[in-house]
Amino acid sequence: MATLVRPAPRMGLSSLPRPQGDTGIWSWITTVDHKRIGILYGATAFILFMIGGIEALIMRLQLATPNGQVVDADTFNQLFTMHGTTMIFLVIMPLSVAFFNYIIPLQIGARDVAFPRMNALSYWIFLAGALFINLGWLIGQAPDAGWFGYANLTEKPYAMGLNTDFWVLGLQILGIASILGSLNFFVTIVNLRAPGMRMMRMPVFCWMTMVTNILMLLAFPVITVALTLLLFDRFFGTHFYVPSGGGDPQLWVHLFWVFGHPEVYILILPAMGMVSQVLPTFARKPLFGTPFVIYSGIAIGFLSFGVWAHHMFAQGLGPTADAAFAFSTMAIAVPTGVKIFNWIGTLYKGHLWYTTSMLFAVGFIAMFIIGGLSGVMHASPPADLQQNNTYFIVAHFHYVLFGGAILGIFSGVYYWYPKAIGRVMNEKLGKWHFWLTMIGFNVTFFPMHWIGLDGMPRRVYTYPSGMGWGGYNMLETVGAFVIALAMLLFVYNAVNSMRHGDIAGNDPWDGRTLEWSIPSPPPHYNFAEIPVVTAMDDWWAKKYGAGHEVGHAVPAMAGASQDARAHEEHPVHIHMPDPSYFPIIVAIGMFVMALGMVTNYWLCLVGFAFVFTGIYGWSFEPVNAPAPPGSSEVHTALAPAPHAPVAVH
Amino acid sequence: MIKLSRSVASMQRALWPLGIALVGFLLAGCTGPQTTISPQSDFANEIQFLLKLTFWSAVGVFVIVEAVLLWIAIRYRRRRTDPAMPPQIHGNTPVEIIWTIIPAVLLAIVAAFTTPIIFSTEAAPPKNALQVRVIGHQWWWEFQYPTLGVVTANEVHMPVNQTVTFDLESADVMHSFWLPRLGGKRDVIPNHVNNLWWTPNTIGTTPGQCAQFCGTSHANMRMLAVVQSQADFNAWVAAQKAPPAAVPASGPAADGKAIFARSACIGCHTIDGVSKGTVGPNLTHVGSRSIIASGILENTPQDMAKWLKDPPAVKPGSLMPNLHLSDSDINALVAYLESLK
Repeated sequence: MATLVRPAPRMGLSSLPRPQGDTGIWSWITTVDHKRIGILYGATAFILFMIGGIEALIMRLQLATPNGQVVDADTFNQLFTMHGTTMIFLVIMPLSVAFFNYIIPLQIGARDVAFPRMNALSYWIFLAGALFINLGWLIGQAPDAGWFGYANLTEKPYAMGLNTDFWVLGLQILGIASILGSLNFFVTIVNLRAPGMRMMRMPVFCWMTMVTNILMLLAFPVITVALTLLLFDRFFGTHFYVPSGGGDPQLWVHLFWVFGHPEVYILILPAMGMVSQVLPTFARKPLFGTPFVIYSGIAIGFLSFGVWAHHMFAQGLGPTADAAFAFSTMAIAVPTGVKIFNWIGTLYKGHLWYTTSMLFAVGFIAMFIIGGLSGVMHASPPADLQQNNTYFIVAHFHYVLFGGAILGIFSGVYYWYPKAIGRVMNEKLGKWHFWLTMIGFNVTFFPMHWIGLDGMPRRVYTYPSGMGWGGYNMLETVGAFVIALAMLLFVYNAVNSMRHGDIAGNDPWDGRTLEWSIPSPPPHYNFAEIPVVTAMDDWWAKKYGAGHEVGHAVPAMAGASQDARAHEEHPVHIHMPDPSYFPIIVAIGMFVMALGMVTNYWLCLVGFAFVFTGIYGWSFEPVNAPAPPGSSEVHTALAPAPHAPVAVH
Repeated sequence: MIKLSRSVASMQRALWPLGIALVGFLLAGCTGPQTTISPQSDFANEIQFLLKLTFWSAVGVFVIVEAVLLWIAIRYRRRRTDPAMPPQIHGNTPVEIIWTIIPAVLLAIVAAFTTPIIFSTEAAPPKNALQVRVIGHQWWWEFQYPTLGVVTANEVHMPVNQTVTFDLESADVMHSFWLPRLGGKRDVIPNHVNNLWWTPNTIGTTPGQCAQFCGTSHANMRMLAVVQSQADFNAWVAAQKAPPAAVPASGPAADGKAIFARSACIGCHTIDGVSKGTVGPNLTHVGSRSIIASGILENTPQDMAKWLKDPPAVKPGSLMPNLHLSDSDINALVAYLESLK
């Protein structure tokens, strides 16, 4: 009953053959499987992480000594702009999205996301945007006005090159990917939970993912509007931000941060969700105060839209606005603190098993505390007038985004790698990776607090000698290379463990949530039978019984994994959506349209043709290719519960 | 008991040098010339108070929370002797309420100290304040004293113990006016007039620079604040208001004046009685300044020659182009400009 088979229309593109098979490059290009898309997101974002890291290393070399001569001013400005833009939009966000893709359906007991083809579309559009925004490097005109792109420096005549055009158009493309993705995950989490998984039984990672995706859904339209106005200014001669035409550059600053501050929480909440899974697993205790962790995440989400002007204390908004935004900023520290205390409470009286994943999670707490406290220091507007736009701020947000988001993500990588690959990463190398990262990170970023207070501004390609900053900068550069070394170890470990890691089995960590109930890597359809959820941390409850203050093993209840193997012999019964060519065609069209904007407008028409073809073909493409005549496939046998996404278009 | 006190004592011995090093590092004047933590005005003092308040609160919270985290993380590591399963603690509502309220109270205290300082430092400047109009340019600072009739660049003078109010305007893009020892920064925004005021309390010179990314040479947009006694300030004003120094009838300075008057210089620069350009800095008394090229060069004949030879090589993106002056023209111009005390 669940498979909704539409008659294939006779005309149009859908009469083309559907992509077949599940090996080879075309199977990856046309995949709509959330797990494969998750791996694509993760691998792409990690390559971009390396690129953003190399940009950082070149900057660190330039700043190692006063009057550095490694790169010139314009190159440095491109480097810091692209480092920020890359790390935020092309690394931390898509790395988080990789986890949303891979883990969310597994944790909620679904077979895929709500809109599998749209999911593929998000990835390909993300890739198109990532490539486009980096295209400027090829002609020496990478974006150079900062990741925050304050108008009117982004306006003609102050930005005559193509630099800012690549940035505006690239971010617009990425915004489409983000909005599509956030819709998809919101709908997935709301609609595709396994039977019995009430909202308060949902794993905290799913909760934080849902809050994140609501933030994306609400914040990205703001940056889309802001970028559209800028695009019109640059291409069609409007003057929304041009002072001489009656526009106001400060309008950009407001719009940017109305987006930009929720964006900060978009970056950190997924990592908070990951450590909220990792800590209970390796402490062998439930997450302390789970409802408080969830509610504080929601509170952070709400408050994040009311704090944007704390980026603007130096803009002269007046004492009333400054005081109001100071209060809201201090208020957001409270739920953040509650989360930290609950994580520490989770460790209390646990049996802490220090796997690499656990080390990264504990490291996350330790470093995030520092980032949070320095954040409170510039929540006080007068104090911020000295700290704003100095290296103190650089230190602060690297403690939040590297010490927070990146360490949390690494914790997640070591935790879920066995699920995705089927093998465990090498723990010895992992621990080297962790300790080198921690040392390198603190050597790089801790001195920045001091040189910031000592008056070194951000975004300077050079500084004179005699300012007292040289030695600290040299130290930071050394630290940056230690981080780079740690990352190389990680890459080696991740690649090598694919073949030589220990076999993981279904549940290497004695996990708590549904993804550990199925094989590693999971079969295409995830759950042979959709599990019925009876408790928070349902898999743990099935293993050890729910409600036991001191848990002990109980006979397994009817779950998914016990009989998964039996079903593997008959996977034909479960119908998954077929792969599709159309998502990548749409994404290629968007890339070509953007390319047309910076070269020849006629090219936009070609791009539009791709987009139109892709969307048209997609609209008439059934979820599953019609079964060939004479096929004995049974569509309805063992059809999953109504929660399975098979029938959703 | 004895053992414990001994170990505490040895720990104290071990920690003393570390503590002294840390405190020494923070207090013993390892600060650079552009530091934010060596305040020299009322405004900077108020900021310093809030910095100390938030810093020491943060240090207190840091030490307590990290110590608890570290202790728990080490104390409860997995051991062979562990029972099969740790106690399955799901949470504790009173504890949750306590650790929600404590940070809220701490933050309320910070807010209570912050708020009056926001309103006092952002109030309208006193009526008797000395007015300075600051205009940010890519990439240099213009300073006008409307009540005194003085126009200068990159070097702002103010009398000690006299309130100075800065009206901040931009000629092109956003900048940020920042003299760290004298106070916090304020962004300089096109079509907005922002304001900042303070009363300097220490005589001396202190560097500052643009703190809002403003394009290629943002890093080179520096300035110098000169806080003087009232008498010195009055003398400086008198010198700035005087007509440009007379140039001898012949010699290198006279040649330089002639070259200046017939070259592109006059399109952008003002020298009273010679030219009326307004794109670049007013050079009427350029010889009296201690810095040129927005503070990236000393005002010496060598540096002035280096600047005139190829401005964009010194300040990337500089609006002043390379005029391809001959060395003899440069020497003449240097002699002329340096004579403009």
